[in-house]
Amino acid sequence: MQNRLDELFKRKDRQLLSIYLTAGFPRIDSTVPLIRSLEEAGADFLEVGFPFSDPLADGPVIQETSSIAIRNGMNLRLLLGQLAGARNGISIPLILMGYLNPVLQMGMGTFCRKTEESGVSGVIIPDLPPEEYRDKYRELFNRHKLHMIFLVTPGTTVERIRMLDNLGSGFIYAVSASSTTGRQESFSREQEQYLEKLGSLDLGNPVMTGFGIHNRNTLETVWKHTSGAIIGTAYLKALKEAGSPDEAARSLFGRLGVASR
Amino acid sequence: MNRLIDNKGFYGEFGGSWVPEMLYPNIEQLASSYEAILESTSFKDRFNSLLKDYAGRPTPLFLAESLSGALGAKIYLKREDLCHTGSHKLNNVIGQALVAMEMNKREVIAETGAGQHGVATATVCALLDLPCRVFMGEKDVQRQQPNVLRMKMLGAEVVPVSSGSRTLKDATNEAIRYWINHPEVYYLIGSTIGPHPYPDLVARLQSVISAEMKIQLMEKKGRPDPDIIVACVGGGSNAAGTFYHYIADEKVKLVGAEAAGEGVGSGKTAATIATGSAGIIHGCRTLMMQDGGGQILEAHSVSAGLDYPGIGPLHSYLHRTGRARYLAVTDKEAVEAAHLLTRLEGIIPALESAHAIAALHKLQFRESDIIVVNLSGRGDKDMDTYIESMQKRHQ
Ligand SMILES: Cc1ncc(COP(=O)(O)O)c(C=O)c1O
Repeated sequence: MQNRLDELFKRKDRQLLSIYLTAGFPRIDSTVPLIRSLEEAGADFLEVGFPFSDPLADGPVIQETSSIAIRNGMNLRLLLGQLAGARNGISIPLILMGYLNPVLQMGMGTFCRKTEESGVSGVIIPDLPPEEYRDKYRELFNRHKLHMIFLVTPGTTVERIRMLDNLGSGFIYAVSASSTTGRQESFSREQEQYLEKLGSLDLGNPVMTGFGIHNRNTLETVWKHTSGAIIGTAYLKALKEAGSPDEAARSLFGRLGVASR
Repeated sequence: MNRLIDNKGFYGEFGGSWVPEMLYPNIEQLASSYEAILESTSFKDRFNSLLKDYAGRPTPLFLAESLSGALGAKIYLKREDLCHTGSHKLNNVIGQALVAMEMNKREVIAETGAGQHGVATATVCALLDLPCRVFMGEKDVQRQQPNVLRMKMLGAEVVPVSSGSRTLKDATNEAIRYWINHPEVYYLIGSTIGPHPYPDLVARLQSVISAEMKIQLMEKKGRPDPDIIVACVGGGSNAAGTFYHYIADEKVKLVGAEAAGEGVGSGKTAATIATGSAGIIHGCRTLMMQDGGGQILEAHSVSAGLDYPGIGPLHSYLHRTGRARYLAVTDKEAVEAAHLLTRLEGIIPALESAHAIAALHKLQFRESDIIVVNLSGRGDKDMDTYIESMQKRHQ
């Protein structure tokens, strides 16, 4: 399977920077302008979150942006339409991220077809059990050239990490702590040991680390042990404070000590 | 004991465990240990002894003669309202608190809507000296002050939840998030909802209700099985416990009463079976109320204990297979039924239980039929609603 994401990882496998945004936040039509400004600033790829009323595994910031997005009228169908319409103007890989229920209501077949049509490279559905994916949806995702990306946490056993690495593709999403997003201020020794362990497992997929990365220090830790960083809460916070998408990207990249283009 | 679930925790297509990886180890730990604990002699002995001497079980099976006369059948009330703390909720809490201790968990969290499950949890945690934290939607904290104060008096910390609709659904989300961040605590869920193994665990702990019914009916009528069983359904725990030992006995008709709120078609309802469709809520595949885009809707009912947009997977399954029938009862019908029971039998029921009484008016039966209605709780907590309804009558 080859899509934009595979091409990216072939070209670059260290010091990757990926940003998470909530579709439909702050406004219903914000999604595409935010994607453009982040591409412009130099993000390697993006996770576009489709909102859900009950985001079990998310912290207060993503909960809030999700409920604002829903109030704005954002939904999965609308988002896929927006992305399909902007497809030609976006060249970095996009990953869709969200909870299972909106996907099931659309139907997994329709979802995969429309997701492929909108130029998206992969999907993260945290509450889809791996066995369910293996037995029911794996072939469908392959047919539509979509990666299914699984999460691992410090509580995931090595045996299970290997199972998820075999089953999924694209990359492994390493959650930096057993916690909901955006909680910790800096990484502890245990967290660093966990990232080191992941780096040493010689997994088939690259490892991207997310949750709690918000400054140069946390970014460097993650870059040291894994292929790259995924930043959500810190970006959404910057976006709430900033006057424009470009200003939000500049402010975040500044805090991370990464030169924006 | 006959198992109703398959080995992955499914009742047919419903149930299972649909949780993010962050929660997987917590759920896995419980799922792999609960059955051995429930079947151990040490657990059974302590559970049964606390049910007897602390909760006050067995609860009576009372022949409601005036109600029987008024409706034309033999109607028995299973008096869960006489349980300590005023409802069936305590059965589950005692059981799960003991499971927590067997698992060496030394702290308990819970969600609550009206506060009944929160009070039951705070009560048992006081008894067993376990620190207790109860998540409660901000709206419910305001609506249910007496229960908030009871929990505090019992030593629990009440955490107001300001996310989402600020009710039970969001309190449940917040409890789950806290559990992700604190995997060492025990999450004591209040109904037959959530990811496997909770629906099975809670149903088995509540099954004491139907186990007692069998013995009591045998004593009173010389046969263990009634013709019809009626129970109200929020998340479904009292109904699961009341149905449990009769599910395999097809002769016994099972009836659930869900809350229609202002009416099934009013948009202000909690009638999940009547208006819902299959989806994932709180880690469980079951019938639930949702919009076309898969967002979970807010439920509405005069009864806070039935105000949940989902329903336990066992009930989705019993509905889908036709084994049980579910009837929708409006706020108004429930309040009227509460007054009827109060005047005929001298029992003020909880608003939740009043839905089960009201469902009797929608059933057809013969004079000789034996009907058991589970009276899941007492009405003290609902006096504001009852007083308001009396004032309206006098106007
Ligand atoms: C008295 C009473 N009955 C019924 C319920 C509904 O819960 P379940 O459907 O789990 O029995 C509640 C919930 O708070 C309750 O307090």
